[in-house]
Amino acid sequence: MGLESALGQGFLTTKMDTLVNWARSNAAWPMPMGLACCAIEMMAFAGPRYDAARFGSEVMRFSPRQADVMIVAGWCTYKMSHAIRRIWDQMPDPKWCIAMGACASTGGMHRCYGVVQGVDNFIPVDAYISGCPPRPDAVIHALMKIQDKIKTEHSVLLDT
Amino acid sequence: MSLKLTESLQKTVDSLSQTFGEKVIEVYQSSGDTFIWVDTDSIIEISAHLKNELHYIYLSDVFGIDRYTSEERFEVVYNLLSLRDQTRVFIKVRCEEENPEVDSVTSIWPAASWPEREVYDMFGVTFRNHPDLRRIFLPEDFQYYPLRKEFPLLGIPGSIELPSTTPDSE
Repeated sequence: MGLESALGQGFLTTKMDTLVNWARSNAAWPMPMGLACCAIEMMAFAGPRYDAARFGSEVMRFSPRQADVMIVAGWCTYKMSHAIRRIWDQMPDPKWCIAMGACASTGGMHRCYGVVQGVDNFIPVDAYISGCPPRPDAVIHALMKIQDKIKTEHSVLLDT
Repeated sequence: MSLKLTESLQKTVDSLSQTFGEKVIEVYQSSGDTFIWVDTDSIIEISAHLKNELHYIYLSDVFGIDRYTSEERFEVVYNLLSLRDQTRVFIKVRCEEENPEVDSVTSIWPAASWPEREVYDMFGVTFRNHPDLRRIFLPEDFQYYPLRKEFPLLGIPGSIELPSTTPDSE
């Protein structure tokens, strides 16, 4: 077998934080918030060709209570912003957010009265992806950035 | 400008001008479509005539135009289709900037209900005798009419509420 044979009869010491962060970062389940055409690229990101399963993010959770990373894919109207915030509030901590594409990041070409000029106006965004729509590789890149962020987080115990 | 009308369109124009005379203000063509500008106060009788006598049973759209002129600023356009004659005609009425009002044609074409609400939402044109004249897209308490020319493209900051950034439970 893998690890056991390499270590012989030995054991492994690590920090609790590192272990937890390693587990979290390799099982960041996305909450798909597909609002427009970016959602199609988000589906490709989860599909077999780009295969988000390599990063542990293959399970799109349509229940916010089971998700870790919200991918806001597409332009967001003021009317929709309330629903997104509600879903974001239902996701258990710790949680991360990716603003996918120009529209979710800045409003993009929808420079008008009905569209929120970037979802960071009402939810905290961890990673922004440029592109209209971004390629699935770019979504994977953002996911890897989120993984880096998770891996460098320290324990909340240290804060108290 | 000479009009190139098909047989059924010619019949429509002739019938309208014979029945309503001066109330048909102008007939013109643009981009292959025929537009008939009529008197605003007679829209109900003209619509009834179009539907009952000329078989324009299908109202495919109603929309507004802000002409941004000092007189007769707003225009409401009805896009009518006769399925029997395969003829499309646009009926236009105009109204003033102060208190723009047009009679609702929902009593003739029930399909006018939502498009008229949209025109009300975007331009602030009020439709008399509309069964349910509420804003269709924007929040009820929104105070502006976004497709009017003087409305800024990016909207008015704070005019539509964003969600609170603290959850309800906190």
